[in-house]
Amino acid sequence: MSSNGPIMCASDVVKRFGRLEVLKGVSLDVHAGEVVCIIGPSGSGKTTFIRCINHLEKIDSGRIEVNGHLIGYREAKGRFIEDSEVNIARQRCEIGMVFQRFNLFPHMTALENVIEAPVRVRKVPNVQAIREGEALLAGVGLADKRDVYPGKLSGGQQQRVAIARALAMKPALMLFDEPTSALDPEVIGEVLDVMKKLALEMGTTMIVVTHEMGFAREVADRVVMMDDGRIIEEGPPRHFFEAPREERTKRFLSKIL
Amino acid sequence: MLLAAIDWHILWQRIFHPDHVFVLALWRTIYISVCAQVLGVVLGLIGALMRMSRLLPLRLLSGLYVLIFRGTPLIVQIFFVYFGANLLFGVALIPRTVHFGLFDMDGAAFAGIIALGLNEGAYMREIIRAGIDAVDKGQLEAARSLGMPYRLAMRRIILPQATRFIIPPLGNEFNSMMKNSSLVFFIGVTELFGDAEIRYSTTFKPVEYFLAVAFWYLVLTTVWSVIQAQIERKLAASERGDELSFRERVAAAWLPSGMRVRGTP
Repeated sequence: MSSNGPIMCASDVVKRFGRLEVLKGVSLDVHAGEVVCIIGPSGSGKTTFIRCINHLEKIDSGRIEVNGHLIGYREAKGRFIEDSEVNIARQRCEIGMVFQRFNLFPHMTALENVIEAPVRVRKVPNVQAIREGEALLAGVGLADKRDVYPGKLSGGQQQRVAIARALAMKPALMLFDEPTSALDPEVIGEVLDVMKKLALEMGTTMIVVTHEMGFAREVADRVVMMDDGRIIEEGPPRHFFEAPREERTKRFLSKIL
Repeated sequence: MLLAAIDWHILWQRIFHPDHVFVLALWRTIYISVCAQVLGVVLGLIGALMRMSRLLPLRLLSGLYVLIFRGTPLIVQIFFVYFGANLLFGVALIPRTVHFGLFDMDGAAFAGIIALGLNEGAYMREIIRAGIDAVDKGQLEAARSLGMPYRLAMRRIILPQATRFIIPPLGNEFNSMMKNSSLVFFIGVTELFGDAEIRYSTTFKPVEYFLAVAFWYLVLTTVWSVIQAQIERKLAASERGDELSFRERVAAAWLPSGMRVRGTP
């Protein structure tokens, strides 16, 4: 873990959908190379929180910084103004995201999915993008699927392509939004293995919203428990799973483990 | 027998031995329809994007456009485009002959294309908007999470996927367009219908000429429906992720739906 400042720094984030307050002041720092797993019951705001980190949801108050840049807003004379489309897009290049339902582009092959953003956004030359894209696909074990359309891939394979696609932008931070929740049980392992490799071998900084407690226990540096729009407990997985302090955490873990 | 009153010879001639005046009229119907449809798609796309804009004036303009062009008769719009400018402003907005580089176009035909295209654009706006709405919301989120600005995401990710929802109703629109193009006869364009109208008025044999013209419209729409079926087949194939060769696609277009070409021995 690096000692210089956090890669992601959220402080007192509040998010409302209409009158419903989904995030009630969430603060979390994530350092380079760290893997943070966010767990909690559904409706606790964990997915909303990581969607706020790349401004897919606009926050109502608080602040989020990634790599030292304020996300989604500009600060001018002590006030926050929503940033321009182009600036937000630029910030998102630093933040990879993997969705529960993969969201691969169905009209593009696996390789085209992976190289689309590097070529169109980062303006990487085609030849180089293809070379890197093939290496990424090989990294997730799908080198032979480069010319296959997502419709012909299994859920696990699609999610692995989606991980490669997010990595292709060389993000400083990877967000995973319940990456295995939409998968058949028998293919969950292959996706978790890829994520493990990212975390343990490549030192990727990751925030993972998950219900896979085995993964959290094995891979996470820190586990964060959210409930009702707040972080109620956090700590290294050993302490967290074996000796949770909060009653709410104990109840949740007893149900899920 | 009433049928005996029909001069079958004329009908036969009109169908099997069309003269060059008729061929020219047929050609006019085709190019007016195609140009107007292209204009309609372009206007519809602009209208749909304006409708989704963050700027209220653009949204209002788009709404007003659809309100007017869907809410008034096409024939009135055609008259307004052709005569309206002259009558309202006292200037000939559309000249007698329009020059496009190497070739010239009859001013009335040009006005017809503009009017039909404007009208079509109003319908296409709704079709294109519905097509864009039908694309999974996760696609835009995925594109944006990769750092793609809205316009790029629209062009590379959303619109290509929206086309598969837009193409089928677009085909139907073009079918209507070919028939609606007959209305430009009323501003003096001698297209298919106009040709029949002129011949009947000199021979007083309406049934023969209108039967023949109905036959030719039927040929146009039938040819188009075959082309449309092929396009839809191809779209369906690419959605399934099948990589069909051209020959396989042509074969697929003729087989009953559900029958698979690839893998059948």
